[in-house]
Amino acid sequence: MSWTRMRWASRWAVLVAGVAAWQLWASQAGSSFFPPPSKIVARMYHLWFSGPAAHVFLTSDAIGNILPSLGRIFAGLAIATAVGVPLGIALGRSPAVTAYLNPLLQFARALPVVTMAPVFIVLFKIGTQMEVATIAFGTVWPILLNTIDGAASVDPVQLETARAFRLSRWERLVWVIVPACLPKAFAGFRLSLSLSLILMVFAELVGSTNGIGYEMGNATNSFDLTLLWSTIVLLGILGYLLNGLLSGAERRVLAWHSANRRD
Amino acid sequence: MLEITDLTKSYGRGPAAHTAISGVDLTVAQGELVSIVGPSGCGKSTLLRCIAGLAHPTGGRVVLRGVPVDDVPDGLAVVLQDYGRSLYPWLTVRDNVAMPLRRTTRGRAPRRKAADAALAAVGLPADGDKYPWQLSGGMQQRVAIARALACEPLLLLMDEPFGSVDAQTREDLEDLVLGIRRERDITILVVTHDIDESVYLGDRVVVLTPGPGRVRADLPVNLPAPRDQIETKERPEFIRLRTEVSRLVRSRDEPARVGPAGPAGPVSPAR
Repeated sequence: MSWTRMRWASRWAVLVAGVAAWQLWASQAGSSFFPPPSKIVARMYHLWFSGPAAHVFLTSDAIGNILPSLGRIFAGLAIATAVGVPLGIALGRSPAVTAYLNPLLQFARALPVVTMAPVFIVLFKIGTQMEVATIAFGTVWPILLNTIDGAASVDPVQLETARAFRLSRWERLVWVIVPACLPKAFAGFRLSLSLSLILMVFAELVGSTNGIGYEMGNATNSFDLTLLWSTIVLLGILGYLLNGLLSGAERRVLAWHSANRRD
Repeated sequence: MLEITDLTKSYGRGPAAHTAISGVDLTVAQGELVSIVGPSGCGKSTLLRCIAGLAHPTGGRVVLRGVPVDDVPDGLAVVLQDYGRSLYPWLTVRDNVAMPLRRTTRGRAPRRKAADAALAAVGLPADGDKYPWQLSGGMQQRVAIARALACEPLLLLMDEPFGSVDAQTREDLEDLVLGIRRERDITILVVTHDIDESVYLGDRVVVLTPGPGRVRADLPVNLPAPRDQIETKERPEFIRLRTEVSRLVRSRDEPARVGPAGPAGPVSPAR
């Protein structure tokens, strides 16, 4: 086994050992608050992943709860990106406007998005719209502020070179400013992604008729601790997978950036 | 080709205003290679930026082929000192070179072809698929030169183009510029702080006064072509010129001397 593979294996070994210890302790203690992992995994499998092959083994419960939650995350992030990146570039390139708007932006960002949820409930009623609005409002700030920072710090030499070669304003935007902003925009998006999971659960706990958060709420109300733990583990797995997806995309899109940094 | 009359550029207003160049007169003929030297802070770069249409002069005018310059003119290309910052790290070398061609050449394939030809001309025929940061400093500056050549400019402006490479690379790049100049009908202005380089490259050496810059002297360089890094630099004429330029650059209190424009004009005595 090569050195890197051994390191990889040993990292996972820690997780495996941790789960094993939990299993041992939980099955001995028999606490109803801390069910053993075997029970949680069995429940997860039974509840969500024992469906027909035609549905990629997803049960109707998974299709009815996990997919809507993921859909809300993607919709919220999509809105946050569609608003945050163009607005961030526009503001980053106009320091005077940013200076005027900065107090407002800082104020809006400092608002705990959780406190905005009642407002969104009034505005959009309970349901997907309100949840997407909560996620979008909460995740737009890291994307927006990071993109502003990225757009404001585009190297003037790069812009001047583009001007000297008579690239139009539009070409300078597409070929110089946007690529130069991307590393920062990605950094913001990474923050927003982890935020979106939290906001999804929160919004679904507050008011929803389906979703992972909704299942969590049900589990709490009915003292179904195994189900509660199942949703928590599921959220952990989703977060891990989404982050992995983003890292993969980042490696592809920003290959020039990381390599550029190395030397 | 290029006529600069009474060019003045100040930054800021009121008592805090800083005048970078003040009353520069300079005429450059088609196909000439003119070196511009001066002590640091004499407004060399400002002069170049005004010629390129990147900065708007406060007074006087720049006329390129009969047309006053008020925006970046056609047929002009620039090579900046800071190649590391002027090349785009997210584009391959070939795409960097092809970028300015968007304006003039339709279609990806012809642009790629032109870019490859320009890369071959600067001695990098096989590096088109690499990224700028995979190349050494000297090679990056070759890419910047290729990018400037790809759009077949009539006027090439170089702002301290070889300021940040080692001596050996610098000599290679100087000879590259002279070679390009021999092969194409191209007018070149090189701003440099290296006195040997100004004499070695130029048909004329224009010396600016310390800031605010104006033309102190305009010296013709009567060295035979093709120039050679060793032979040319041991000629008495080269040594005489570099000494004279050196003296002109260093002397701060001497009154400005202005020579007539033109490659063969004699140096006028102090005014």
